[in-house]
Amino acid sequence: MASMAQAIRMALHYAEENLGVTDVFGEDVGPPLGGVFTTTQGLKTAWNSPLDERGIIGVAMGLALAGQRPVAEIQFCDYIFNAIDLLKLAGGTYWASNGDWNVPMVVKTPVGSGIRGSIYHSQSFDGTITRLPGWKVVMPSTPLDAYGLMISACQDLNPVMYLEPKALLRVRGEELIPGEPSDDRTLSKMIDAPLNDRSGWVPKWPDLQPYSVPIGKAKIVRQGNQITVVSYGRTLPLCVKAAGAIREEGIDAEIIDLRTLYPYDWEALKASIQKTGRVLYVNEDTEITNFGEHLIRRTIDELFYALLAPPQLLAGKSIPGIGLADSLEMASVPQLPDVTAAIRALASEEP
Amino acid sequence: MKNALEAPRPIRKPQSEVAAALPLDRDLLIRMHDLMVQSRALEERLIQMYRQGHGFFWIGGPGEEAFNVPLGLLIKKGEGLDYDYLHFHYRQSATLLAMGEDPIGALRQMKNTATDPYSGGRNFAGHFSIKRWNVVPVSSPIEVQYSMAPGTAIAQKRHGGDGITIVTGGDAGTAEGDFASCLVWSSRPGNELPILIIVANNQWGISTAASTVQGCTNISDRGKAFNIRSKTIDGNNPVVAYQELREAMDYVRRERKPFLLEALVSRLYGHSSASGANFVPDEVDCIATYEQWLEAKGVTNRAHFNEMRARWNQEMAELARKVRDEPQPTPDSIWNFIYAEKK
Repeated sequence: MASMAQAIRMALHYAEENLGVTDVFGEDVGPPLGGVFTTTQGLKTAWNSPLDERGIIGVAMGLALAGQRPVAEIQFCDYIFNAIDLLKLAGGTYWASNGDWNVPMVVKTPVGSGIRGSIYHSQSFDGTITRLPGWKVVMPSTPLDAYGLMISACQDLNPVMYLEPKALLRVRGEELIPGEPSDDRTLSKMIDAPLNDRSGWVPKWPDLQPYSVPIGKAKIVRQGNQITVVSYGRTLPLCVKAAGAIREEGIDAEIIDLRTLYPYDWEALKASIQKTGRVLYVNEDTEITNFGEHLIRRTIDELFYALLAPPQLLAGKSIPGIGLADSLEMASVPQLPDVTAAIRALASEEP
Repeated sequence: MKNALEAPRPIRKPQSEVAAALPLDRDLLIRMHDLMVQSRALEERLIQMYRQGHGFFWIGGPGEEAFNVPLGLLIKKGEGLDYDYLHFHYRQSATLLAMGEDPIGALRQMKNTATDPYSGGRNFAGHFSIKRWNVVPVSSPIEVQYSMAPGTAIAQKRHGGDGITIVTGGDAGTAEGDFASCLVWSSRPGNELPILIIVANNQWGISTAASTVQGCTNISDRGKAFNIRSKTIDGNNPVVAYQELREAMDYVRRERKPFLLEALVSRLYGHSSASGANFVPDEVDCIATYEQWLEAKGVTNRAHFNEMRARWNQEMAELARKVRDEPQPTPDSIWNFIYAEKK
């Protein structure tokens, strides 16, 4: 099965062949490297930009305004912050021009911890980007969703922020991408660039099929009756694992992969919370003005009388960065034992 | 440089000989004057609307007409890659009028009516957006257009033809990193872009003098480091501006390479209404100097100037009266146009 990085690459290939994507660009995105996480290797429209995040976002906007279909990459979301007003402008242009100009562009950027990336390769961006209206925000946790969400993003008429959980980029999926060969090695030989000389290399793309995950649709990853756990990205598989382990204790957790942070699938959350009466939101962005806090607020506003316990948020500590030492990273963002403990505590909470 | 217009001289030659000596076609000289006066009348009306409480804030480009009118006349106007993409800042009304835009749109935006064609009452005066002419939405940050413009120019380079990208901004905005981004992205070896990068240098950033900020002799000198053809011109002289813009545009259209043009202009009513929007008497008024020159050259005369001024003042006053009774946007319209949807 493909890794998430390969899935993104295949989706972009499908998009440049079939969906009119004209430019996949950013720092080290084109040959020879094809992206620091290999997500853009072998793409015919991939090119290297100057090392200039403001330029990258600005040019993506310009391309979009000129009728092109750009997919821009910011190498790590830690470096996107100097482009924040351009992101705000991209999100607001359709509204500010009263519907005159829409800005169909995709920005992809790796986020979060999990590779011992220290202070400037571990930050999250979901809290910040969900505060910029006009953007759609997606974040896959499996290769198949990564493929389907990218295909949807490349067809959207609006700016879409595609957050890549970097801890999961090299993780293989459990579901085949439509058209993907079933053998890992065959796929790798076809689409992974050789490690040495790449000058004459061209990928052999599988016969990829259209598959899209609609923006705005969550996925119930695991059915359960006693507690709802809502997550996305790196922490989603941790929630699934924790739910599996805790099942032996008689706790039956329902796990929802949000997949789209905005506009999010409130109907799916609402139905689950009404069923369980308990909800835990899990992500790894810093906890003050965290996106999960908004979800808690809405849960209280709309579902207060269906609740059996206070809604909870498990998030990253509100500290300036994630330290390099293993002990520091583990203490800064939710890990499996933290998730398990949080589910257990909320499931057993009595008034 | 700012006073480069010739001093008025008595006319002794017969009219036919005078016309032959003119640097531009006589009709064009008169047309430029007409548009300059029309633009000034529009901006002065907008300021008056602000003073009368018919608008919350004024910002615009009075004092830049001698440069902005020729710019508008030379633009290849239309929608899509075959035409010029325009990334303007908020001092560009004269360019829009020269392109043929109806001035009532600017008045509607000043009055923030629902009929405002550029933003539906959402944005300040001077914040144009005209998709049918590739005028991308003007925004208040003074630098972001310099980052966006290379994007449309990349698309045009790939497309071919003679459509170019034109970006304008002020001298103060060149201190932002986006201006450097524009120079870098426009001049990548082998990927030079068809982009005319304009800096309208009025020597001010609100209250901060350019002389206390800019270490470079000319802002256009910064282009030289990137092998970008560059020039500083007298933007208060419409004849010089027309000739220099035409030459720069011809180069960008033909060679598909960037050009950095710095125009020295005046700021005749200050930065915005926040600084009072009062007439600044000690800067060159390009209309006054152009009129002296037109008279000296025998192109036209004071009676014509007075007639034009009266006509446009009257027309703007009438348009302002018309706009005054138009409805404001409805409160629930705040939810319109957050996301574009497939039709």
